[in-house]
Amino acid sequence: MTLLVTVFAAIISTILWYQKENRKELRLGTLSLMYWGASIMWFVDAIFEYAELHAAYFTPDPMDMLNDLFLGLSVVAFGLIIWLVILLIQDPKKIVRNAILNQ
Amino acid sequence: MACFLVPTTEAIVTTIVEKNVEAHEKKEDKGQTLQKQGKVTFSRKLKWLNTMLWGGAALLAFEHVWHGEVVPFFPFLTAASNPSDAAEMLHEMSTTGVLMAVLVTVVWIGMVAVSNILEKRDTDVLLTNKR
Repeated sequence: MTLLVTVFAAIISTILWYQKENRKELRLGTLSLMYWGASIMWFVDAIFEYAELHAAYFTPDPMDMLNDLFLGLSVVAFGLIIWLVILLIQDPKKIVRNAILNQ
Repeated sequence: MACFLVPTTEAIVTTIVEKNVEAHEKKEDKGQTLQKQGKVTFSRKLKWLNTMLWGGAALLAFEHVWHGEVVPFFPFLTAASNPSDAAEMLHEMSTTGVLMAVLVTVVWIGMVAVSNILEKRDTDVLLTNKR
């Protein structure tokens, strides 16, 4: 479930990167690469788990699934926080800088 | 258990390499020349790999904190506190961790290959138009 949530986050961020004209300013490439990196890593984790559990891998307990969903959403939120921090530090449109200086 | 440490180690190495390549490109003024030709510098391509490795490792580390496998006190990894768990952790690092780092690198090599083909195509079109 964590893998699935992260893959969806990667797909959505890639679509946004493809669509937006200001992709460089918004650092959308960084966000999508980050999610793709995590998705690949969880995919490897899933391969090893499948090798151990076989078909049972696809029928998890509802409680485990709920916990994994909660974890997946938290991971996506954590990724967004990292991206936001990078964006605000690099501040390509100088919005943070101007806001602080004009106070 | 601690599989994210393998991609993290690779990320440290590739970040150092990226900084060196970037400095070398700046020194030779290669970066701007390549950008004018519509090409992507190697340091920028390395940045793609670094973002995938650092981002993936950070999110994976978060998962390990979630499961209580990484703690904010010594020895930081709960599996490192007893020898049998430590052996299991090292086994996981050498299998899952290594495969994670390898697969991310393979995907990056694919991205670089596609980018090189597109750059070559652009150069060919420019040369044909000049003729």
